[in-house]
Amino acid sequence: MSTTLSAKPSGNPPGAPEARRSPLTRLQHLLHAQATIGPAVVLLVAVIVFALLSDRFLTPGNISLIVQQVAVVGTLAVGQTIVILTAGIDLSCGAIMVLTSIVMAKVAADTGLPGVPALLLGFVVGTLCGLLNGVLVTRLKLPPFIVTLGTLNVFFALNLWYSSSATIRGTDMPKLLLWTGQTFTIGGTRITYGSIMMVLLVAAMAFALKNTAWGRHVYATGDDAEAARLSGIRTGRVLLGVYATAGLVYAVAAWILIGRIASASPQAGQLDNLDSITAVVIGGTSLFGGRGAIVGSLLGALIVGVFRNGLALAGVDVLWQTMAVGVLIIVAVSLDQWIRKVKP
Amino acid sequence: MTTPVLEARGLVKRYGRVTALAGADLELLPGEILAVIGDNGAGKSSLIKALSGALVPDEGEILVDGQPVSFSSPIDARRAGIETVHQSLAVSPSLDIAANLFLGRERRRKGVLGTVFRMLDRAGMREEARRQLDALGIMTIQNPGQAVETLSGGQRQAVAVARAAAFGSRVVIMDEPTAALGVRESRAVLDLVLQVRDRGLPVILISHNMPHVFEVADRVHIQRLGRRKAVVDPKSISMSDAVAIMTGALEAP
Ligand SMILES: Nc1ncnc2c1ncn2[C@@H]1O[C@H](COP(=O)(O)OP(=O)(O)OP(=O)(O)O)[C@@H](O)[C@H]1O
Ligand SMILES: [Mg+2]
Repeated sequence: MSTTLSAKPSGNPPGAPEARRSPLTRLQHLLHAQATIGPAVVLLVAVIVFALLSDRFLTPGNISLIVQQVAVVGTLAVGQTIVILTAGIDLSCGAIMVLTSIVMAKVAADTGLPGVPALLLGFVVGTLCGLLNGVLVTRLKLPPFIVTLGTLNVFFALNLWYSSSATIRGTDMPKLLLWTGQTFTIGGTRITYGSIMMVLLVAAMAFALKNTAWGRHVYATGDDAEAARLSGIRTGRVLLGVYATAGLVYAVAAWILIGRIASASPQAGQLDNLDSITAVVIGGTSLFGGRGAIVGSLLGALIVGVFRNGLALAGVDVLWQTMAVGVLIIVAVSLDQWIRKVKP
Repeated sequence: MTTPVLEARGLVKRYGRVTALAGADLELLPGEILAVIGDNGAGKSSLIKALSGALVPDEGEILVDGQPVSFSSPIDARRAGIETVHQSLAVSPSLDIAANLFLGRERRRKGVLGTVFRMLDRAGMREEARRQLDALGIMTIQNPGQAVETLSGGQRQAVAVARAAAFGSRVVIMDEPTAALGVRESRAVLDLVLQVRDRGLPVILISHNMPHVFEVADRVHIQRLGRRKAVVDPKSISMSDAVAIMTGALEAP
């Protein structure tokens, strides 16, 4: 997890070990130790290139727009990351988010429930949806891909049924639900509360993964579940906790989504599940579990946002934006394969 | 007669049509090194997995200090003071050495950082890990913050051995702890086994290396076809006779 850069293969005598390695091997070791370096460099290069291509790219207004566009997927990616760290995958995250957003908004709109209880109700619904995934994965021992493919459809159907496929307008719901779309201004740049919430969530989850026993158990479970079990970790409980926590995070994403589109739409976020996986993978988290970091996923989401925005500003057709993201995914996964082959 | 620290009676474990344990017994006496030998597939690992809570036997009972216990997970055995080096090592490759040593029993920081924010005492655990590894003298670990996957097979084994030796408080079980080790490192592990015994803890040592077994063991448990075939005194039996019993060429004395 926190291998320092000074980690050396102990076969080499201390003092001159680096000299024997090719630059490529050293790069491999560096990326192995610090998985977020790759996406950080990509983001930096992308920002520089797009700034050179268009004057409008680096304006405060545009940066703020990118962050707003990224907030929903970036938040989903927080939940997606912890699931993928356990060697799982969550295809149902977008469906949980949309179902939750509909529940929050519609219950409040139909019954006049105030903002706070409506929000809490949404958090409970999101957590329960995540918990259902966790129970199916741990108790029935089904592969997470299949479980969440199933629940994706179940949740989406529930969402259509409960909403009668109708959008709930922002004017019909409590102000609190729309608060995430409100902005405040720092130095002429308008920032939404939703973006701030995403950043805080990323920071909190990064802290928990890095500094708590729970975080270590998440990594250990994804790394080698049997070894973790033999080491005295209740892996079933860890998995349940991860899926339930992810569900709660998706409910927060639902809140941010409502603020972003100023309504609750049963058709929103259809592809956000794939976008969140894209962010996680580009962010350097391994689909095989046990390796990666939350900050990488935020960088991954920003990379996608920057590519889309930058290419659009440069006047490039949407189809090429999509192709660029596709290429990024394949490059990121190949890089992960290469990094994982690191030799002692 | 002294009460065994750890005892197994009539353990049975079946995997479909394969019977790994067919009524296996085992007795570990206080302060002794009990070696367990047997052919591949004789059920040695299955036996110690049952003793360490890693598998739940279909039949039979396990007693700790004469009291029946039922281990439903490795945590239960750990709580009873039984630490195990599994044949598969059971280390987490992407975590560092210190994290592996303290896996499942992490220490938290003092004060609100630990109680409210649940923060790990990384520095303290690294310090302690370095001390444990140095004390064992098994290997020259340069940095306890090094990821285990960057270690050689032998070094990983040393980490697993160090973990069991450091935390065992009643029994230490080692399933082929020297399998991947060089001559010098094997020596260090054998010395460690003796050291643990001298601390008063009994050790169960599984090994295919007869000279090692005959050097350190107080008694030798011979496992064959899922059962205890015999328990012999290494001082009064030859290595070749022990092997003959193990392979079924000779009847147990
Ligand atoms: N998880 C399992 N599933 C199916 N069969 C198993 C399983 N674990 C062990 N067995 C079978 O049980 C028998 C005993 O295996 P065990 O690992 O206990 O032997 P062992 O004495 O430790 O052998 P070795 O010296 O090779 O380590 C073998 O026939 C093995 O194939
Ligand atoms: Mg074995």
